[in-house]
Amino acid sequence: MSSLKKSFNIRSRDFIHAGEASITVQQLLKQMRIDPALIRRIAICGYEGEMNVVMHGGDGLYRVEINSDRIVLEISDQGPGIPDIAKAMEKGFSTASDEHREMGFGAGMGLPNMDKNADEMFIESVPGSRTRVRMLFLCKGTK
Amino acid sequence: MELSKLAEILEASFFNGKDRSDIEIDRAGASDLMSDILAALSERGVLLTGLTTIQAVKTAVISGVTAIVFVRNKKPDPDVVALAEMHGIPLLSTPCSMFVSCGRLFDAGLTGLDGAR
Repeated sequence: MSSLKKSFNIRSRDFIHAGEASITVQQLLKQMRIDPALIRRIAICGYEGEMNVVMHGGDGLYRVEINSDRIVLEISDQGPGIPDIAKAMEKGFSTASDEHREMGFGAGMGLPNMDKNADEMFIESVPGSRTRVRMLFLCKGTK
Repeated sequence: MELSKLAEILEASFFNGKDRSDIEIDRAGASDLMSDILAALSERGVLLTGLTTIQAVKTAVISGVTAIVFVRNKKPDPDVVALAEMHGIPLLSTPCSMFVSCGRLFDAGLTGLDGAR
């Protein structure tokens, strides 16, 4: 299978459309008959990532690359960046507003959920500038 | 149990999906925190929540939740019902509180989303 690439824009504070990229890719992967457990992990990571951008980031991008042996998911945004990545990875740590909590988010589980569900996850962030979260999913012998 | 039985136990009414009330439910998760639902296994599970937002439905789609029950008679907006219908997720509303809903479903034999009792 040759590589299939898709990308979707994520708009800051667009809570109405947040999650659409993840659901679209979830449906695409179902059509491709990818392992349902793997699809679920990819969908959760994408959705948590999208919500992070919508709540905390500037505008961003959801990109996925589907190969026969691996799927790479990348969520990036145009800031404001994460000052302390180790702190942001702690379960329960959150900088969410009351508005985010009223919508059911901001429990401080986004990045930990993504890390738990991806086979590998890398975060690059420049405080005041941008963040990029890259996740790798192996199509066989995974979590 | 079938979703119709769950609705009977919770005295719940359907906003959509009543024609699929024979789907099987054997797990339940109760939370207003979407990440809690995303962190748990949710196949054949029902989500009990007080949140009637569009993100509650999207969380159900992503996590594989089978149906959503809004507690304390909460009612979703029509666009939330439309999104749920598009994804084949029945939405219901119960007059019961979250606590009483959980108690009744536990008593009826449902497990948590992770299968625990």
